[in-house]
This record gives sequence, C-alpha cells and structure tokens, in this order.
Amino acid sequence: MPPSRAEGARRRGSPWTGLGAVVAKETADHLSSARMRILEALVFLTALAAAYQAIRTIRATIGESPFLFLRLLTLSQEPLPSFIALLGFLIPLVAIALAFDAINGEFNRRTMSRILAQPIYRDALLLGKFFAALLALTIGLVSLWLLVLGLGLLLFGLPPSTEETVRMLGFLVATIAYGGVWIAVALLFSVLFRAPATAALAALGVWLLFALFWSVLTPLVANLLAGPPEGVFGPRLAFLQTQTVIDRLSPNTLYGETALALLHPATRALGPVLISQLEGALLGAPLPAAQSFILIWPQLTGLIALTIVIFIIAYIAFQRQEIRA
Amino acid sequence: MAGEVVIRAEGLTKRYGATVAVDHIDLEVGAGEIVGILGPNGSGKTTTILMLLGLTEPTEGRAEVAGFDPLREPLEVKRRVGYLPDQVGFYDGLSAQDNLTYTGRLAGLSRSVIDVRFAAAIERVGLAGLGRARVGTFSQGMRQRLGLAEILMKRPSVAILDEPTTALDPHSTQEFLAMIRGLRADGTAVLLSSHHLDQVQSVCDRVALFNRGRIALAGTVTELAGRVLGGGHVIDVEARGAEGAGDIAALLAAVPGVVRVQPLGGERYRVDCRHELRAELARRLAPAADLVGIQFAAPSLNEVYARYFEEARDAAQ
Repeated sequence: MPPSRAEGARRRGSPWTGLGAVVAKETADHLSSARMRILEALVFLTALAAAYQAIRTIRATIGESPFLFLRLLTLSQEPLPSFIALLGFLIPLVAIALAFDAINGEFNRRTMSRILAQPIYRDALLLGKFFAALLALTIGLVSLWLLVLGLGLLLFGLPPSTEETVRMLGFLVATIAYGGVWIAVALLFSVLFRAPATAALAALGVWLLFALFWSVLTPLVANLLAGPPEGVFGPRLAFLQTQTVIDRLSPNTLYGETALALLHPATRALGPVLISQLEGALLGAPLPAAQSFILIWPQLTGLIALTIVIFIIAYIAFQRQEIRA
Repeated sequence: MAGEVVIRAEGLTKRYGATVAVDHIDLEVGAGEIVGILGPNGSGKTTTILMLLGLTEPTEGRAEVAGFDPLREPLEVKRRVGYLPDQVGFYDGLSAQDNLTYTGRLAGLSRSVIDVRFAAAIERVGLAGLGRARVGTFSQGMRQRLGLAEILMKRPSVAILDEPTTALDPHSTQEFLAMIRGLRADGTAVLLSSHHLDQVQSVCDRVALFNRGRIALAGTVTELAGRVLGGGHVIDVEARGAEGAGDIAALLAAVPGVVRVQPLGGERYRVDCRHELRAELARRLAPAADLVGIQFAAPSLNEVYARYFEEARDAAQ
C-alpha cells in the first residue's frame, strides 16, 4: 500500500500532461464557434472602418508626418473613434466572450468529471482553456493587424518604416496582453459562478467599472488618501502621484498608456511631469522605439503580472472546487 | 474475490468540515470482478468513487487502484480507470468520434490507435454508423452507450460506473447490463454504483451497502441475506390448506428455526430460516395441508436492502 496522506502527498506526473490536447480542442472550438465569428466580424468591420476613415484623412496631408501608419491607428475621424480606441473598447468584450463559460460550461454540460477522469490535472485544463482563448484572440488580432497593414500599403502606396513596424508589433503584443487580462477575469468568474450568465455579467461589470467609472473614482480615492489636489502653490505632487498609482491598477489605464507611448513617438513620459524634467528636451521630437519600449515596460509587465495574479486566484478557486457530475 | 486485487481502500475517510461523508471504509475489488455499491443518496458512494479516481483528496486513510495511489499518482490511476458518471455529458456540437478522440488524446493515445479503438468500441456498444453524428442529436441512452465506448477505448483495468442505467428504458438497460458483463469477460474490474437493486443483483459478484458514510454490509447477496434476513436460508413453500391460509402461515412460523413467514399471495409463502428446514417444514405441513412445492428461494437484494434500513431506522429510534 502507498503511504497515507500524512506520510506525504506530493503528486506525481507532469501538471502539463494533456495541455496540448486541451489547447487544440478549445482553440478549434473557439475558431469554429458562431460566437467568435460574430465578434470577429464586429471587430473587423469597425476597426477597418476606423482605419479607412483615418487613411482618407491622412492621404490629404501625407507629407506632414513621418509616421503615417502610426497615425492610421491613432487618428479619429467623426463619427468613428480611432482604431486603438475601438480596440481598447472591443477587446475586453471579445476576451470575456471567449472565457466566461470556460469552466462553468463544463459543469453545466456534465463533462467536467468525465474530462478530469482522464489522465490530466486541473492545472492543464484551466491553463489550456486560458491559452486557447488567448490563441484565438491572438489569431484574430494578428489577422486584423495584417489587414490594416495591407490596407495602409494599398492606399498609401508606401511600406511602413522599420521604426513603425517595431512600434506596431509592440502595440500588437500589448493588445494581446491586455486581452489576456480580460480572459483571466472571465475565466475567474467562470470558476466562481456556476451560471454562465452571472459570470458574464460579473466580468462585464468589472469592465464597466474600469472603462467608465475608474477615472471618476480615482480622484476621489486619491483625495481621501493624499489630501486635496490643489495646495497653496498649485497642484500637489502627492495627490497626482497617488492618483496615478490608483489609476494604474486599471488594465485600461496600463493599456492606454502603452498605446500612447508606442503609437505617439513624441510621448516622453507617462504620468506627472515636472518642469525640471523638461529641461533641454526637444518637445514634439520623437523618441527612438527602444526608448518608448523602456517607457512602457512597467505598463506591459503590469498587464502580464495582472493576468498572472488573476489566473492564480482562478486556479486556487478551481483547485478547491468539488468535482461532481 | 477473483484474481489480484485492483481496488483496495483502507480506512478511507472524507470529511467536509464537521460532516463526515465517508467514514473509514475498507474495500477490496479483484480483477474481473463486478462489485455493486449501494446505499441511499448522501451515503458516501460518489465521494468514495471520486477518492478512488483521485478527483478528491481523502482526509484520512489510503487507497490503491490498479497498483497506484490515487492521491499521489492520479495520472497513473486515471490511465488505468474508465469512469462513466451519472447522466454522462458530451460536447453536443461535436460528433461522437470527435468527443471520444478528445478524451483519447487526453488519455495519451495516438490518432491511429484512437481511430482503430473507436471503430471497435462504437460497434460493440451498438452505435456503429453514428460516429460522425453530432452528440446533440443523441438520446440519453445513446450517450450512456457512448460513455461506455469511451471506457472500452481506454481498455482499463478498472471501470467505475455511477448510476449508468438511470436514464435507460428496460430494453436498453438489459443491453447495457450485458455490456457490463462483457467488461468482466475482458478481465476488467467493475465498480457499479446503482439504486436499481435488481440490476445490481443480476450482474454483481459482490455488493457493498453504504450507510452514513460507512460500509454497513459487504459480501455476496446470499451472504448479506444470511446476515440481514436472519437465516441465510429462504425457502418458498406452496401449500394448499383445507383449514385456511392463516393456519398454514402459523404452522410454518411454529417450526423451530423459522425466523419469519411472509405470505406471497395465493398459496405461496416465503420462510426465512436459520438453517436448512425443508424436510421439517414438509413434515409439519403434512397433516394439515397438501404440499405442492418446497424449494430454496433466491435471496433478493431488494429484501436485504429494505430489511437492513428498516432495522437501522428502528435502531436509531
């Protein structure tokens, strides 16, 4: 007989056993699902419309900027917002739609106990579902990225510069990381709530909190923690710094700052800037791509860290759940 | 018990806070043996199954399934165990083959092995020709069969079936029971949890009766009947009495060694005895009645179950 629980219960076998099978099956499910096709169509149509509108405007002023392709992503033209604003709005929706029923769906279909009775740990199932959703999102985003690039090539008649390509690739990676945060959020709620509708609603609630209310809440909280925004000599640095810290708890802020620094090369700092820091700076002059990457490194790692933290919470909650058909 | 032991539990216990779901159970199942686990809802059957599968950790005790510890080596256990849960679920949007290919991949089988085994398994469970059909179009009975096909594909040492016939019609149930016997013929040990006692009795070599997290009784149906029905010898008597049926029952009850007499209707009586009393019963009836027949009755698991819980309830009061 094996030793009892008290004698040591370290489990044997790789936690990744079966991961590939889960990722392959779930990715195929996502890519062939009607839900994914509808969302992809929505994202593609709106994003391409925004890009097309931007291209029409840029063509009229083609000689004014060395970063045509970056302007294509950032320029807004009434009535449509810019390409990046649309992505910032739609990516969380797509990510939530990909994962809100990942775990509770298995329980509701009564497939959970049958799947976990196969030689696979829960680790691989949860991680596989996360990776599959991320992969499906990545495939969609890369396709969109290539489409926009192609559209730009076609209508500008110019290829993007290396600098632009690097920045756009960085933006693509940041967008995938941003999507990863929302996939992890939806996955967490799919573990916590047995009803998929409740899980979707909870995830959308978090998204609304950060998308609409966070900017309203942060000054209030900063005021409580660091005192009033204005002092005798003008704006108080303590307030601004506290507000920035709280603001950066939001994935939307981290993503917004990343997009700003990468797609607006003239951006020299994110957050409060002192006059002393501007001494000797050539305002409006673009930073090299490497400098912009240094600037957004904390934001990018913050997005990835947030994804990992939320995933770990989901993992712990899932491990504690009783598996019954 | 037949052959080597493939399931062994010693003092297996599961507590949820102050609630004891499974309380120090000991269980052994041999290769090629079918063991039924019975008991009311909440008596610990499913929790025991989950512990044997490595899907929930025991609080105390130890288990060994197919030579491996489900707590420390769950992957090895799950490679060797097929599990069919109550009202098994599948991915409705996928075909039968795609569903089983997925679990085959999870089980570590190669694509070519999966294809060969799927064809054989689907044929054996009577779903040949439906491999490409979407599972969403399947009845619950067909899903149960598909669940069994999944077990067959895995070629396990142990099959654990949790209420496999709940949603089946009588004909499908009989076919399903035949398939379970087929597993035994393959040398697979089967642990069958069910509330359908007649079905359990028809296929199981031994049964374990769960009550409040403990195995209250374990053994063959005859052994259980001996312990619960007060004798171990149940004799069916058919006698035509000139002086009325009530007198015949009284005559039978007066025989030393008779525990209980139960009229079965008409001229038939079931007599629970402490030992073999057929000759004595015939002798006692001879002056007052015409003895039409006297023979051992097969003990019924339904009776054992009903009597055990009746007595358990009385004892609790």
